[in-house]
Amino acid sequence: MSNLATISDQAKPRLPRGVHLKHDETRGEWLLLAPERVLKTNPIAVEILKRCDGTATLSEIVDDLAAKFNAERDRVDADVKALLSELAAKRMVDL
Amino acid sequence: MNALETTPTPIAAPVGILAELTHRCPLGCPYCSNPIELEQRAGELETHDWMRVFSEAAAIGILHAHLSGGEPAARRDLVEIVAHCKKVGLYTNLITSGIGLTQERLKQLADAGLDHVQLSIQDAAPESADRIAGYKGAFARKMDVAKWVNEAGLPLTVNAVIHRANIARAGRMVEFAVELGARRVEIAHTQYYGWALVNRKALMPSRAQVDKAVAEVEALRETYAGKIVIDHVIPDYYARYPKACMGGWAKRTLNVNPHGKVLPCHAAETIPGLEFWNVRDHSLGDIWFNAPAFNAFRGTEWMREPCRSCPRKTVDFGGCRCQALALTGDARNADPICHLSPHHDKVSEIAATFDEVDENVPASDYNYRMLKTQVPA
Repeated sequence: MSNLATISDQAKPRLPRGVHLKHDETRGEWLLLAPERVLKTNPIAVEILKRCDGTATLSEIVDDLAAKFNAERDRVDADVKALLSELAAKRMVDL
Repeated sequence: MNALETTPTPIAAPVGILAELTHRCPLGCPYCSNPIELEQRAGELETHDWMRVFSEAAAIGILHAHLSGGEPAARRDLVEIVAHCKKVGLYTNLITSGIGLTQERLKQLADAGLDHVQLSIQDAAPESADRIAGYKGAFARKMDVAKWVNEAGLPLTVNAVIHRANIARAGRMVEFAVELGARRVEIAHTQYYGWALVNRKALMPSRAQVDKAVAEVEALRETYAGKIVIDHVIPDYYARYPKACMGGWAKRTLNVNPHGKVLPCHAAETIPGLEFWNVRDHSLGDIWFNAPAFNAFRGTEWMREPCRSCPRKTVDFGGCRCQALALTGDARNADPICHLSPHHDKVSEIAATFDEVDENVPASDYNYRMLKTQVPA
């Protein structure tokens, strides 16, 4: 994806007003709610999105996830950037 | 019980509620999605009724509450209703013409937890916009409202219904939404039910106008990628397959009208013989699972040919029941938009009568939406 490179490691991703990560009791799953949109969120995406608080930088989020899940940093970095660039294109994450 | 009997598919919980808080509205848009027989102010649900409805909605798994009308700002208890929705965990979307909102009220709504505002724009050209709305000064007021929405920190969607008088500016409307600070824009070609069906002669564009407008808007997707999300509803009179109306009858969403009647879609009351239940008599969950109107066209068992044996029957669910009724006389028929429908030639015939039209529509050609004056008994 061409815009992967454009996400800076210093970006502080956040969910804008009008976008919520919600645990839905009825369906027993995590959902990302936005205007006229409901996205099912897998456990990895949930861990990433919970850290998008507008304070942590992208590189801090990647460090944190790599440490917590004992995973290779480069792979985590690619996963995080792929998810966030996709959601930014849908205006569901601000970078 | 037969061992080979298939287990019936369980009815999934609804995801959205469209709450028509009132049918009162200062605008008279000739394509309004409300029914022709609008509900009077007398008999509207009270604040506590709506609160119960929203509590029940959240409890059965509804996620989005669309606060609509008429003009929802005509309800004095709008802030209270938003605060209650927030309390029970619903995502609140205010669908408004902007008329009746002030900067102060928007701030109160934002503080009460409103999640999103969808503002209608009738045209990007002020005079034309006011003529379509049948309300002088509406356009100017909407410009203020868009500014106040941004200042209140609320995300904004601009909604533009497209028809003959504004179709030349379909692409311009996307740019205009960006200028207004919207993060999302709906470019929705008119669907011909209710008021729009009454006004079809004045609203429907030619095939050439549609093709040009659709191409223009699609090309802007790339221009504005990451800046604004474009939701494009293309006109079905020129399509080959019908749309999956409402994502399937009684499958995803429900409508509650101002008097508490619960409908599977805006236009469902046009279908004769359906029994609708009211939130005054039943809980929302009981209505969703058991009301006869909801079960009338649920699933695929009710279908006739060509739908019944069609591989697309779970893709488009036979299209729209109300359109099937309006154009073929029977709601059980396939939506005649489908080229496989034996009635498809009716759609082509209607569309062909618009081959030569241009964008000039005198306001005298519109039947503006209005509430009938109540006749004293």
